[in-house]
Amino acid sequence: MASDYYNPADLRKFGKITEWSEELGTRFFDYYGKVFEEGALSAREKSLIALAVAHVVKCPYCIDAYTKDGLQRGITKEEMMEAVHAGAAIESGATLVHGVQMMNKYNKLSM
Amino acid sequence: MNDGRDSFHLLTNRNTMATKSLKARHEQLAEVTRQMEILNGGIFESGELPYFRDKIAETNQAPLRPKPLEILQINVGYMCNQVCEHCHVDAGPDRKEIMTRETMEQCLEVIRNTGAHTLDLTGGAPEMNPNFRWFVEEAAKAGIKDFIVRSNLTIIRANKKYYDLPEFFARHNVHIVSSLPHYTRGKTDKQRGDGVFDKSIKALQELNRVGYGMPGSPLKLDLVYNPSGAFLPGDQAALEADFKKALKEDFNIEFHQLFAITNLPIARFLDYLIASENYEDYMAALVDAYNPEAVQNVMCTNTISVGWDGWLYDCDFNQMLGMKVDSKIRHIKDYREDVLQDRNILISQHCYGCTAGAGSSCQGTVA
Repeated sequence: MASDYYNPADLRKFGKITEWSEELGTRFFDYYGKVFEEGALSAREKSLIALAVAHVVKCPYCIDAYTKDGLQRGITKEEMMEAVHAGAAIESGATLVHGVQMMNKYNKLSM
Repeated sequence: MNDGRDSFHLLTNRNTMATKSLKARHEQLAEVTRQMEILNGGIFESGELPYFRDKIAETNQAPLRPKPLEILQINVGYMCNQVCEHCHVDAGPDRKEIMTRETMEQCLEVIRNTGAHTLDLTGGAPEMNPNFRWFVEEAAKAGIKDFIVRSNLTIIRANKKYYDLPEFFARHNVHIVSSLPHYTRGKTDKQRGDGVFDKSIKALQELNRVGYGMPGSPLKLDLVYNPSGAFLPGDQAALEADFKKALKEDFNIEFHQLFAITNLPIARFLDYLIASENYEDYMAALVDAYNPEAVQNVMCTNTISVGWDGWLYDCDFNQMLGMKVDSKIRHIKDYREDVLQDRNILISQHCYGCTAGAGSSCQGTVA
Protein backbone atom coordinates (compact mmCIF):
# COMPACT_ATOMS: atom_id res chain seq x y z
CA MET A 1 0.00 0.00 0.00
CA ALA A 2 1.08 3.54 -0.67
CA SER A 3 2.12 5.44 2.43
CA ASP A 4 0.06 8.52 1.52
CA TYR A 5 -3.70 8.87 1.34
CA TYR A 6 -3.44 11.03 -1.75
CA ASN A 7 -1.26 10.16 -4.74
CA PRO A 8 -1.39 12.51 -7.77
CA ALA A 9 -0.94 9.52 -10.10
CA ASP A 10 -4.27 8.07 -8.85
CA LEU A 11 -6.25 10.72 -10.72
CA ARG A 12 -5.42 8.98 -14.03
CA LYS A 13 -6.92 5.78 -12.57
CA PHE A 14 -10.26 7.40 -11.70
CA GLY A 15 -11.98 5.59 -14.58
CA LYS A 16 -11.09 2.25 -12.99
CA ILE A 17 -13.85 2.62 -10.38
CA THR A 18 -16.13 1.34 -13.14
CA GLU A 19 -14.36 -2.04 -13.05
CA TRP A 20 -15.84 -2.88 -9.64
CA SER A 21 -19.33 -1.59 -10.40
CA GLU A 22 -19.82 -1.19 -14.08
CA GLU A 23 -23.37 0.15 -14.16
CA LEU A 24 -22.97 2.75 -11.44
CA GLY A 25 -19.54 3.79 -12.66
CA THR A 26 -20.70 4.16 -16.25
CA ARG A 27 -23.80 6.10 -15.21
CA PHE A 28 -21.68 8.41 -13.08
CA PHE A 29 -19.20 9.17 -15.88
CA ASP A 30 -21.99 9.67 -18.42
CA TYR A 31 -23.69 12.07 -16.03
CA TYR A 32 -20.41 13.82 -15.26
CA GLY A 33 -19.61 14.27 -18.91
CA LYS A 34 -23.08 15.59 -19.65
CA VAL A 35 -22.96 18.09 -16.78
CA PHE A 36 -19.85 19.77 -18.16
CA GLU A 37 -21.08 20.07 -21.74
CA GLU A 38 -21.93 23.46 -23.19
CA GLY A 39 -25.46 24.31 -22.02
CA ALA A 40 -27.29 27.30 -20.58
CA LEU A 41 -23.92 27.86 -18.89
CA SER A 42 -20.79 27.71 -21.01
CA ALA A 43 -18.27 24.92 -20.46
CA ARG A 44 -15.86 27.67 -19.42
CA GLU A 45 -18.22 28.95 -16.69
CA LYS A 46 -18.78 25.41 -15.44
CA SER A 47 -15.03 24.85 -15.26
CA LEU A 48 -14.70 27.85 -12.93
CA ILE A 49 -17.62 26.64 -10.78
CA ALA A 50 -15.96 23.22 -10.59
CA LEU A 51 -12.69 24.86 -9.52
CA ALA A 52 -14.45 26.81 -6.75
CA VAL A 53 -16.28 23.73 -5.50
CA ALA A 54 -13.06 21.69 -5.70
CA HIS A 55 -11.57 24.08 -3.15
CA VAL A 56 -14.62 24.10 -0.91
CA VAL A 57 -14.73 20.29 -0.77
CA LYS A 58 -10.91 20.35 -0.53
CA CYS A 59 -10.39 17.69 -3.18
CA PRO A 60 -6.74 17.76 -4.30
CA TYR A 61 -7.50 15.65 -7.39
CA CYS A 62 -10.26 18.05 -8.43
CA ILE A 63 -8.02 21.08 -7.84
CA ASP A 64 -5.31 19.56 -10.08
CA ALA A 65 -7.87 18.62 -12.70
CA TYR A 66 -9.69 21.94 -12.86
CA THR A 67 -6.60 24.11 -12.68
CA LYS A 68 -5.35 22.22 -15.73
CA ASP A 69 -8.78 22.37 -17.34
CA GLY A 70 -8.85 26.14 -16.81
CA LEU A 71 -5.39 26.55 -18.36
CA GLN A 72 -6.52 24.51 -21.36
CA ARG A 73 -9.51 26.77 -21.79
CA GLY A 74 -7.37 29.91 -21.59
CA ILE A 75 -8.84 30.92 -18.23
CA THR A 76 -6.52 33.41 -16.53
CA LYS A 77 -5.06 33.02 -13.06
CA GLU A 78 -6.97 36.11 -11.95
CA GLU A 79 -10.25 34.47 -12.97
CA MET A 80 -9.28 31.24 -11.23
CA MET A 81 -8.40 33.03 -7.98
CA GLU A 82 -11.64 35.00 -8.03
CA ALA A 83 -13.56 31.74 -8.43
CA VAL A 84 -11.71 30.29 -5.42
CA HIS A 85 -12.61 33.40 -3.42
CA ALA A 86 -16.25 33.03 -4.42
CA GLY A 87 -16.18 29.50 -3.02
CA ALA A 88 -14.29 30.60 0.08
CA ALA A 89 -16.70 33.50 0.69
CA ILE A 90 -19.70 31.18 0.62
CA GLU A 91 -17.90 28.74 2.90
CA SER A 92 -16.94 31.43 5.40
CA GLY A 93 -20.39 32.97 5.05
CA ALA A 94 -21.88 29.61 5.88
CA THR A 95 -19.87 29.64 9.10
CA LEU A 96 -20.58 33.27 9.95
CA VAL A 97 -24.32 33.14 9.31
CA HIS A 98 -24.44 30.73 12.26
CA GLY A 99 -23.36 33.72 14.27
CA VAL A 100 -27.01 34.76 14.15
CA GLN A 101 -27.94 31.48 15.85
CA MET A 102 -25.33 32.21 18.48
CA MET A 103 -26.74 35.71 18.98
CA ASN A 104 -30.30 34.36 19.19
CA LYS A 105 -29.29 31.79 21.77
CA TYR A 106 -27.25 34.34 23.71
CA ASN A 107 -30.16 36.77 23.80
CA LYS A 108 -32.65 34.10 24.76
CA LEU A 109 -30.53 32.93 27.66
CA SER A 110 -29.61 36.39 28.87
CA MET A 111 -31.71 38.66 31.10
CA MET B 1 8.91 19.82 -5.67
CA ASN B 2 12.34 21.06 -6.71
CA ASP B 3 15.37 19.74 -4.94
CA GLY B 4 18.59 21.74 -4.84
CA ARG B 5 19.88 20.33 -8.10
CA ASP B 6 16.80 21.48 -9.97
CA SER B 7 16.90 24.89 -8.41
CA PHE B 8 20.47 25.13 -9.63
CA HIS B 9 19.34 24.01 -13.07
CA LEU B 10 16.65 26.66 -13.02
CA LEU B 11 19.12 29.36 -12.07
CA THR B 12 21.75 28.38 -14.56
CA ASN B 13 19.54 27.60 -17.49
CA ARG B 14 16.07 29.04 -17.32
CA ASN B 15 17.17 32.60 -16.76
CA THR B 16 19.25 32.57 -19.91
CA MET B 17 16.32 31.17 -21.88
CA ALA B 18 15.29 34.53 -23.13
CA THR B 19 18.47 35.24 -25.08
CA LYS B 20 20.14 32.07 -26.33
CA SER B 21 19.22 28.83 -28.07
CA LEU B 22 20.01 25.45 -26.51
CA LYS B 23 22.58 25.07 -29.27
CA ALA B 24 24.42 28.27 -28.32
CA ARG B 25 24.39 27.15 -24.70
CA HIS B 26 25.85 23.76 -25.72
CA GLU B 27 23.02 22.01 -23.91
CA GLN B 28 22.77 18.23 -24.24
CA LEU B 29 19.25 18.64 -25.56
CA ALA B 30 20.57 20.59 -28.54
CA GLU B 31 21.70 17.16 -29.77
CA VAL B 32 18.94 15.21 -31.49
CA THR B 33 20.41 11.90 -30.40
CA ARG B 34 19.86 12.89 -26.76
CA GLN B 35 16.29 13.95 -27.53
CA MET B 36 15.62 10.65 -29.28
CA GLU B 37 17.05 8.73 -26.29
CA ILE B 38 14.58 10.51 -24.03
CA LEU B 39 11.63 9.98 -26.37
CA ASN B 40 12.43 6.27 -26.81
CA GLY B 41 13.52 5.53 -23.25
CA GLY B 42 12.12 6.10 -19.76
CA ILE B 43 8.40 5.53 -19.38
CA PHE B 44 8.14 4.12 -22.91
CA GLU B 45 11.01 1.68 -22.51
CA SER B 46 9.62 0.50 -19.16
CA GLY B 47 6.25 -0.17 -20.77
CA GLU B 48 4.40 2.31 -18.57
CA LEU B 49 3.28 4.08 -21.74
CA PRO B 50 2.95 2.42 -25.17
CA TYR B 51 5.22 3.27 -28.08
CA PHE B 52 3.44 5.30 -30.76
CA ARG B 53 3.97 2.55 -33.37
CA ASP B 54 2.17 0.04 -31.11
CA LYS B 55 -0.63 2.50 -30.41
CA ILE B 56 -1.40 3.13 -34.09
CA ALA B 57 -1.08 -0.59 -34.81
CA GLU B 58 -4.06 -1.17 -32.48
CA THR B 59 -6.28 0.42 -35.13
CA ASN B 60 -4.31 -0.99 -38.10
CA GLN B 61 -2.85 2.41 -38.95
CA ALA B 62 0.78 1.24 -39.09
CA PRO B 63 2.83 1.96 -41.07
CA LEU B 64 1.70 5.53 -41.57
CA ARG B 65 1.52 6.29 -45.31
CA PRO B 66 1.11 9.57 -47.23
CA LYS B 67 -2.13 10.68 -48.84
CA PRO B 68 -2.11 13.01 -51.87
CA LEU B 69 0.33 15.86 -51.26
CA GLU B 70 -1.39 19.12 -50.31
CA ILE B 71 1.20 21.18 -48.48
CA LEU B 72 4.80 21.98 -49.22
CA GLN B 73 6.32 23.45 -46.06
CA ILE B 74 9.69 25.13 -46.41
CA ASN B 75 11.83 26.14 -43.48
CA VAL B 76 14.00 29.02 -44.73
CA GLY B 77 16.20 29.15 -41.63
CA TYR B 78 16.39 28.87 -37.87
CA MET B 79 17.39 32.46 -37.19
CA CYS B 80 14.75 34.35 -35.22
CA ASN B 81 14.45 37.66 -33.38
CA GLN B 82 12.73 35.83 -30.51
CA VAL B 83 13.79 32.97 -28.23
CA CYS B 84 10.45 31.48 -27.22
CA GLU B 85 10.56 29.08 -24.35
CA HIS B 86 8.45 26.45 -26.11
CA CYS B 87 10.22 26.58 -29.50
CA HIS B 88 10.57 23.14 -31.11
CA VAL B 89 13.02 24.61 -33.63
CA ASP B 90 15.36 25.96 -30.91
CA ALA B 91 15.39 29.10 -33.04
CA GLY B 92 17.01 32.36 -32.00
CA PRO B 93 19.25 35.25 -33.05
CA ASP B 94 22.33 33.03 -32.66
CA ARG B 95 21.20 30.36 -35.14
CA LYS B 96 23.11 30.63 -38.39
CA GLU B 97 21.30 27.95 -40.40
CA ILE B 98 19.86 29.99 -43.27
CA MET B 99 18.57 28.69 -46.60
CA THR B 100 20.83 29.77 -49.46
CA ARG B 101 19.62 31.29 -52.69
CA GLU B 102 20.76 28.15 -54.50
CA THR B 103 18.50 25.95 -52.35
CA MET B 104 15.69 28.47 -52.83
CA GLU B 105 16.12 28.11 -56.61
CA GLN B 106 15.74 24.35 -56.20
CA CYS B 107 12.61 24.93 -54.10
CA LEU B 108 11.14 27.26 -56.73
CA GLU B 109 11.59 24.59 -59.37
CA VAL B 110 9.55 22.23 -57.17
CA ILE B 111 6.94 24.88 -56.32
CA ARG B 112 6.34 25.45 -60.06
CA ASN B 113 5.67 21.76 -60.65
CA THR B 114 4.16 20.41 -57.44
CA GLY B 115 0.65 19.04 -57.07
CA ALA B 116 0.41 20.70 -53.65
CA HIS B 117 -2.13 23.53 -53.34
CA THR B 118 -0.47 25.16 -50.32
CA LEU B 119 3.00 26.60 -49.88
CA ASP B 120 3.91 27.22 -46.26
CA LEU B 121 7.05 29.21 -45.37
CA THR B 122 8.34 28.92 -41.85
CA GLY B 123 11.50 29.36 -39.75
CA GLY B 124 12.82 30.85 -37.43
CA ALA B 125 11.54 34.18 -38.53
CA PRO B 126 11.40 33.57 -42.30
CA GLU B 127 11.64 37.33 -42.91
CA MET B 128 15.21 37.31 -41.54
CA ASN B 129 16.49 35.26 -44.47
CA PRO B 130 18.29 37.86 -46.64
CA ASN B 131 16.65 36.44 -49.79
CA PHE B 132 13.19 36.22 -48.26
CA ARG B 133 11.51 38.94 -50.32
CA TRP B 134 12.99 37.74 -53.59
CA PHE B 135 11.85 34.20 -52.74
CA VAL B 136 8.30 35.34 -51.93
CA GLU B 137 8.09 37.34 -55.17
CA GLU B 138 9.26 34.38 -57.25
CA ALA B 139 7.11 31.84 -55.42
CA ALA B 140 4.01 34.04 -55.74
CA LYS B 141 4.43 33.91 -59.52
CA ALA B 142 3.99 30.12 -59.46
CA GLY B 143 0.28 30.64 -58.80
CA ILE B 144 -0.06 28.38 -55.77
CA LYS B 145 -3.59 28.56 -54.36
CA ASP B 146 -2.70 29.25 -50.74
CA PHE B 147 0.66 30.88 -49.96
CA ILE B 148 1.31 30.99 -46.23
CA VAL B 149 4.05 32.81 -44.36
CA ARG B 150 4.36 32.01 -40.66
CA SER B 151 5.25 35.35 -39.15
CA ASN B 152 5.93 35.84 -35.47
CA LEU B 153 4.43 39.40 -35.61
CA THR B 154 7.17 41.09 -33.59
CA ILE B 155 9.52 40.91 -36.57
CA ILE B 156 7.28 43.48 -38.26
CA ARG B 157 8.12 45.92 -35.45
CA ALA B 158 11.70 44.70 -34.79
CA ASN B 159 13.45 47.03 -37.21
CA LYS B 160 12.47 49.80 -39.62
CA LYS B 161 13.44 47.64 -42.59
CA TYR B 162 10.53 45.35 -41.71
CA TYR B 163 7.88 48.04 -41.16
CA ASP B 164 6.55 47.69 -44.71
CA LEU B 165 6.08 43.91 -44.47
CA PRO B 166 2.26 44.17 -44.18
CA GLU B 167 2.13 46.00 -47.53
CA PHE B 168 4.65 43.59 -49.03
CA PHE B 169 2.60 40.58 -47.93
CA ALA B 170 -0.61 42.14 -49.22
CA ARG B 171 0.96 42.86 -52.62
CA HIS B 172 1.70 39.16 -53.07
CA ASN B 173 -1.55 37.99 -51.51
CA VAL B 174 0.34 36.10 -48.83
CA HIS B 175 -1.72 34.35 -46.17
CA ILE B 176 -0.32 35.32 -42.77
CA VAL B 177 -0.33 32.82 -39.92
CA SER B 178 0.95 34.28 -36.67
CA SER B 179 1.49 33.06 -33.15
CA LEU B 180 -0.13 34.72 -30.20
CA PRO B 181 -0.17 32.49 -27.12
CA HIS B 182 -2.80 34.50 -25.27
CA TYR B 183 -4.86 37.65 -25.45
CA THR B 184 -3.39 38.87 -22.18
CA ARG B 185 0.02 40.47 -21.87
CA GLY B 186 1.30 38.35 -18.97
CA LYS B 187 0.88 34.93 -20.58
CA THR B 188 2.30 36.02 -23.91
CA ASP B 189 5.38 37.66 -22.47
CA LYS B 190 6.07 34.73 -20.16
CA GLN B 191 6.29 32.34 -23.09
CA ARG B 192 7.81 34.60 -25.71
CA GLY B 193 9.71 37.30 -23.82
CA ASP B 194 9.11 40.75 -22.36
CA GLY B 195 7.49 43.24 -24.67
CA VAL B 196 6.38 40.60 -27.18
CA PHE B 197 2.71 41.17 -26.45
CA ASP B 198 2.73 44.92 -27.05
CA LYS B 199 4.75 44.54 -30.25
CA SER B 200 2.45 41.75 -31.45
CA ILE B 201 -0.62 43.91 -30.83
CA LYS B 202 0.94 46.78 -32.76
CA ALA B 203 1.83 44.42 -35.63
CA LEU B 204 -1.72 43.01 -35.73
CA GLN B 205 -3.11 46.54 -35.92
CA GLU B 206 -0.74 47.28 -38.81
CA LEU B 207 -1.90 44.12 -40.60
CA ASN B 208 -5.55 45.08 -40.03
CA ARG B 209 -4.78 48.54 -41.42
CA VAL B 210 -3.81 47.11 -44.83
CA GLY B 211 -6.85 44.82 -44.79
CA TYR B 212 -5.46 41.65 -43.23
CA GLY B 213 -7.91 39.71 -41.07
CA MET B 214 -10.84 42.03 -41.70
CA PRO B 215 -14.26 40.37 -42.04
CA GLY B 216 -14.70 39.23 -45.65
CA SER B 217 -11.19 40.33 -46.65
CA PRO B 218 -9.32 38.04 -49.06
CA LEU B 219 -6.13 38.91 -47.15
CA LYS B 220 -6.10 36.03 -44.68
CA LEU B 221 -4.76 36.53 -41.17
CA ASP B 222 -4.96 33.51 -38.88
CA LEU B 223 -3.58 33.20 -35.39
CA VAL B 224 -1.88 30.25 -33.78
CA TYR B 225 -2.49 29.50 -30.14
CA ASN B 226 -0.26 27.09 -28.33
CA PRO B 227 -0.42 26.54 -24.59
CA SER B 228 2.12 28.41 -22.47
CA GLY B 229 2.93 25.46 -20.25
CA ALA B 230 2.65 21.72 -19.74
CA PHE B 231 -0.98 21.37 -20.72
CA LEU B 232 -2.93 20.63 -23.88
CA PRO B 233 -4.90 23.20 -25.86
CA GLY B 234 -8.61 23.38 -25.15
CA ASP B 235 -11.42 23.45 -27.67
CA GLN B 236 -10.28 25.41 -30.75
CA ALA B 237 -13.66 27.01 -31.45
CA ALA B 238 -14.12 28.15 -27.84
CA LEU B 239 -10.59 29.59 -27.74
CA GLU B 240 -11.19 31.36 -31.05
CA ALA B 241 -14.35 32.96 -29.67
CA ASP B 242 -12.48 34.12 -26.53
CA PHE B 243 -9.55 35.49 -28.57
CA LYS B 244 -11.87 37.31 -30.98
CA LYS B 245 -13.91 38.89 -28.22
CA ALA B 246 -10.90 40.02 -26.17
CA LEU B 247 -8.80 41.31 -29.08
CA LYS B 248 -11.76 43.20 -30.52
CA GLU B 249 -12.82 44.74 -27.21
CA ASP B 250 -9.37 45.58 -25.91
CA PHE B 251 -7.47 46.51 -29.09
CA ASN B 252 -10.03 46.65 -31.94
CA ILE B 253 -8.15 43.83 -33.66
CA GLU B 254 -9.75 41.47 -36.18
CA PHE B 255 -8.48 38.12 -37.43
CA HIS B 256 -9.93 35.17 -39.31
CA GLN B 257 -9.27 31.80 -37.70
CA LEU B 258 -7.49 30.57 -34.60
CA PHE B 259 -5.45 27.37 -34.89
CA ALA B 260 -4.92 25.56 -31.60
CA ILE B 261 -1.61 23.71 -31.74
CA THR B 262 -0.27 21.22 -29.20
CA ASN B 263 3.31 21.71 -28.05
CA LEU B 264 5.43 18.72 -29.05
CA PRO B 265 8.11 17.40 -26.70
CA ILE B 266 11.05 18.52 -28.79
CA ALA B 267 13.98 20.90 -28.26
CA ARG B 268 13.21 23.79 -25.87
CA PHE B 269 9.74 22.54 -24.94
CA LEU B 270 11.25 19.16 -24.05
CA ASP B 271 13.93 20.96 -22.01
CA TYR B 272 11.20 22.90 -20.23
CA LEU B 273 9.17 19.74 -19.53
CA ILE B 274 12.16 17.98 -18.01
CA ALA B 275 13.42 20.96 -15.98
CA SER B 276 9.94 21.65 -14.58
CA GLU B 277 9.39 17.93 -13.79
CA ASN B 278 6.39 17.80 -16.09
CA TYR B 279 7.77 15.46 -18.76
CA GLU B 280 6.21 12.19 -17.60
CA ASP B 281 2.82 13.72 -16.77
CA TYR B 282 2.76 15.56 -20.08
CA MET B 283 3.54 12.42 -22.08
CA ALA B 284 0.87 10.54 -20.09
CA ALA B 285 -1.62 13.33 -20.87
CA LEU B 286 -0.77 13.07 -24.59
CA VAL B 287 -1.14 9.28 -24.55
CA ASP B 288 -4.41 9.46 -22.56
CA ALA B 289 -5.81 11.94 -25.10
CA TYR B 290 -4.73 9.77 -28.05
CA ASN B 291 -7.41 9.86 -30.74
CA PRO B 292 -7.20 7.30 -33.58
CA GLU B 293 -9.43 9.58 -35.70
CA ALA B 294 -6.74 12.26 -35.58
CA VAL B 295 -4.16 9.81 -36.94
CA GLN B 296 -6.02 9.65 -40.26
CA ASN B 297 -5.56 13.38 -40.87
CA VAL B 298 -2.25 14.00 -39.20
CA MET B 299 -0.28 16.57 -41.21
CA CYS B 300 2.65 14.35 -42.18
CA THR B 301 0.17 12.46 -44.40
CA ASN B 302 -0.36 15.45 -46.71
CA THR B 303 2.83 17.50 -46.20
CA ILE B 304 6.46 17.47 -47.25
CA SER B 305 8.79 19.53 -45.07
CA VAL B 306 11.94 21.03 -46.60
CA GLY B 307 14.82 21.94 -44.31
CA TRP B 308 16.97 25.07 -44.62
CA ASP B 309 19.66 22.96 -46.30
CA GLY B 310 17.26 21.25 -48.72
CA TRP B 311 16.82 17.90 -46.96
CA LEU B 312 13.29 16.50 -46.96
CA TYR B 313 11.26 15.42 -43.96
CA ASP B 314 7.75 14.14 -43.17
CA CYS B 315 7.08 17.22 -41.03
CA ASP B 316 8.79 20.16 -39.34
CA PHE B 317 9.07 18.18 -36.10
CA ASN B 318 10.87 15.28 -37.77
CA GLN B 319 13.09 17.91 -39.36
CA MET B 320 14.11 19.18 -35.92
CA LEU B 321 14.83 15.60 -34.84
CA GLY B 322 16.96 15.01 -37.95
CA MET B 323 14.64 12.23 -39.22
CA LYS B 324 14.97 12.56 -43.01
CA VAL B 325 12.29 10.95 -45.20
CA ASP B 326 12.50 7.20 -45.70
CA SER B 327 12.79 7.39 -49.50
CA LYS B 328 15.38 7.21 -52.25
CA ILE B 329 14.63 10.90 -52.80
CA ARG B 330 15.85 12.75 -49.74
CA HIS B 331 16.91 16.17 -51.01
CA ILE B 332 15.05 18.96 -52.81
CA LYS B 333 17.59 18.91 -55.66
CA ASP B 334 16.48 15.36 -56.55
CA TYR B 335 12.77 16.01 -55.84
CA ARG B 336 10.31 13.61 -57.45
CA GLU B 337 6.83 13.74 -56.01
CA ASP B 338 5.74 10.32 -57.29
CA VAL B 339 8.72 8.59 -55.68
CA LEU B 340 8.37 10.52 -52.43
CA GLN B 341 4.69 9.69 -52.13
CA ASP B 342 5.57 5.99 -51.98
CA ARG B 343 7.17 5.97 -48.53
CA ASN B 344 6.55 5.07 -44.92
CA ILE B 345 6.29 8.07 -42.60
CA LEU B 346 8.84 8.03 -39.78
CA ILE B 347 7.38 8.18 -36.29
CA SER B 348 8.44 8.36 -32.67
CA GLN B 349 6.83 9.25 -29.36
CA HIS B 350 6.67 12.98 -30.18
CA CYS B 351 3.95 12.04 -32.68
CA TYR B 352 1.51 11.69 -29.77
CA GLY B 353 1.48 15.51 -29.81
CA CYS B 354 -0.35 15.53 -33.15
CA THR B 355 -2.89 12.84 -32.23
CA ALA B 356 -4.07 14.10 -28.84
CA GLY B 357 -7.71 15.11 -28.50
CA ALA B 358 -8.91 16.90 -31.61
CA GLY B 359 -5.42 16.46 -33.06
CA SER B 360 -2.90 19.11 -33.97
CA SER B 361 -1.27 20.35 -37.13
CA CYS B 362 0.14 23.58 -38.48
CA GLN B 363 -3.46 24.22 -39.59
CA GLY B 364 -4.87 23.55 -36.13
CA THR B 365 -7.09 20.63 -35.15
CA VAL B 366 -7.61 17.73 -37.55
CA ALA B 367 -10.36 15.59 -36.03
